[in-house]
Amino acid sequence: MVTEAPIAIPPSRMQTATNVAARALNRGFTWMTMLFSIFIGLRIVIAALPAIRQYGLGFLAGQVWNPAKNVYSVLPEIWGTLYSSVLALIVATAFGVAAAIFLAEGFMGDGVFALLKLGNLQYHPRWGKLPAQAETVLRNIIELLAAIPSVVYGLWGLFVIIPLVRPGCHWLHEHLGWIPLFSTDLSGPGMLPAVIVLSIMILPTITAIGRGSLAAVPSLLRMAAYGLGATRWETILAVTLPAASRGIFGGVVLAFGRALGETMALAMLVGNTNVISISLFSPGDTLAALLANTFPEASPKDVGVLMYAATVLLVITMLVNVAGAYLVQFTAAEDEGQQA
Amino acid sequence: MRIRALTLAASVLLATIGLTSCVGAAGSKEAADVRLQGSGASFPFPIYSKWFKAFSGAHQNVEIDYQSTGSGSGVKSFIDKTVDFGASDKAMTPAEIKRAGGGVQLLPLTAGNIVLIYNVPGVKKLRLSRAAYPGIFLGTVKKWNDPAIAKANPGVKLPDSPINVVVRADSSGTTFVFTQHLSTISKAFAANPGKNDAPAWSVGTRSKGNEGVTSSVQTTPDSIGYVEYGYALIQKMPMAQLENKAGKFVAASTASGQAAIASAKLPANLIAWVPDPAVKDAYPIATFTWLLCYKRNPEPRKAEVLRNLASYILTDGQKESEALGYLPLPPTVAAKVRAAVHNIQ
Repeated sequence: MVTEAPIAIPPSRMQTATNVAARALNRGFTWMTMLFSIFIGLRIVIAALPAIRQYGLGFLAGQVWNPAKNVYSVLPEIWGTLYSSVLALIVATAFGVAAAIFLAEGFMGDGVFALLKLGNLQYHPRWGKLPAQAETVLRNIIELLAAIPSVVYGLWGLFVIIPLVRPGCHWLHEHLGWIPLFSTDLSGPGMLPAVIVLSIMILPTITAIGRGSLAAVPSLLRMAAYGLGATRWETILAVTLPAASRGIFGGVVLAFGRALGETMALAMLVGNTNVISISLFSPGDTLAALLANTFPEASPKDVGVLMYAATVLLVITMLVNVAGAYLVQFTAAEDEGQQA
Repeated sequence: MRIRALTLAASVLLATIGLTSCVGAAGSKEAADVRLQGSGASFPFPIYSKWFKAFSGAHQNVEIDYQSTGSGSGVKSFIDKTVDFGASDKAMTPAEIKRAGGGVQLLPLTAGNIVLIYNVPGVKKLRLSRAAYPGIFLGTVKKWNDPAIAKANPGVKLPDSPINVVVRADSSGTTFVFTQHLSTISKAFAANPGKNDAPAWSVGTRSKGNEGVTSSVQTTPDSIGYVEYGYALIQKMPMAQLENKAGKFVAASTASGQAAIASAKLPANLIAWVPDPAVKDAYPIATFTWLLCYKRNPEPRKAEVLRNLASYILTDGQKESEALGYLPLPPTVAAKVRAAVHNIQ
């Protein structure tokens, strides 16, 4: 006779215990992460309070940094941080989204397939796997850009990019110097080399997240567009890209946050000069580079001021992230409204 | 099956731990090596690296690690007691010595010149008068073909391009000595920015360390910057000849540097400066560089190694200075410093 074990039995004591333990651990680590970030922020702000009381908001508006005369102000650094990050973001978004589309739509695989077709190898048991492998290799190479250390980028920019762009910059300054963007001459480190290297550094973020969002668009949407007679590019530009735009935008905001905080590469490439200029070729300074250069030998009285600068950087980054999150939510609400 | 796998894994883990602890116990019976950690000036970094490597090679159980972080950072680490010794070209101010507590012994182990390296295509020899080079770093002399520079260089074709000045981004003993010299010879410079290890320069782009300034000048045409002589020698950078107090244009070399520091009289605390030597053949910008040691060290073994290291540097080590562009100490100075080495306990 077959023993009848009940199909649904209540959980054993062991199962309940492990369940509770797992949830508690999960919740604990989540709280720890949040508390950790709040703790870091609080420590920096508390260390900055004496300097905030002493220098007030003039710190954010002045342009002179002279420790010998006790005059501190970071407006050139704030300008430099925002200017270099925004320019790098524009360049990186253009290239990054293009790379994401290239990867997600499988153009690499298509190209390799066409090549294999020439030799009639496209259905070969080993060679036939090449398109998929080529896609993986390309994706890994782009993500490898994120693994290169910041100092190496700085050295590369110093020894390769600056000599490379110098002739072009001279030409632009001499012939088109009346345009404010080209009004000074490139004397070595400057905003343009910094922007070029910074955009390469944040490109993998945009590409990786963009590729993920594009791949997550349901293929039903694509098929529907093809079914209505859209060409491949019409589908990509009018259907897939808008559907993935929220994810891509999230990647862009993340990349902006990284660009704002980038330190070593910019410390080597931006010239570390207290100057506010809209010219692409003028040197400048960023908050992170200022901290990297002056913190190691800061005397106790300077530490408060540098913590104040660090607080300013934290606030800027936080504002950018909050604004980005708001925009993502705003566009999402619109989408949902349309779908309903 | 699962329990068997778990038992196997656990026993392998225990065996590994047991073996490594046995090996560890056996290893600790050997003589533990002495590790000295130091950081500070980038000015003497090349010669210090050579000396420390030679000393470690000769003494098997000694390891000396030196990081070139800048004089300011070296003094700060020394005061915070995060290193066993420090190094600084601007010695230590009385306030800093007080903050360090526990007795401080400064040992001038070597000296060097500060040179002005330049990168002007086509100009092989450049002479800068006492009016010209402070002007360059003040921003009053803006172009290479300015009369102040052209007057001292008849027959040299100077381009009509702006001078790209390269200065230090970080707090630096090299900067301190350089601005001290400029403040001595130029009242305008003494007023602003003045003598400082991180002055508010009104011109120039900034690079980190002697190394950063050297590579910036190397890669930027029409540029000029100040670095320690050894860096310029090793990178084969063209150096400007400077006009000294006696009115002679002198190139940096071991002989001209030694002429400069020979006039220095070392007081008891062994801190002396030569901001503007008057000797005829002296190079105008030369300085000692100091090793910062504690008079009372927590570990007597480390103190002993430090004393042996200093004695080695002050005797055999001085022979290696010239090849790397540093100045061997005058014999009287070396003798005085050797006597002070005994204060490190």
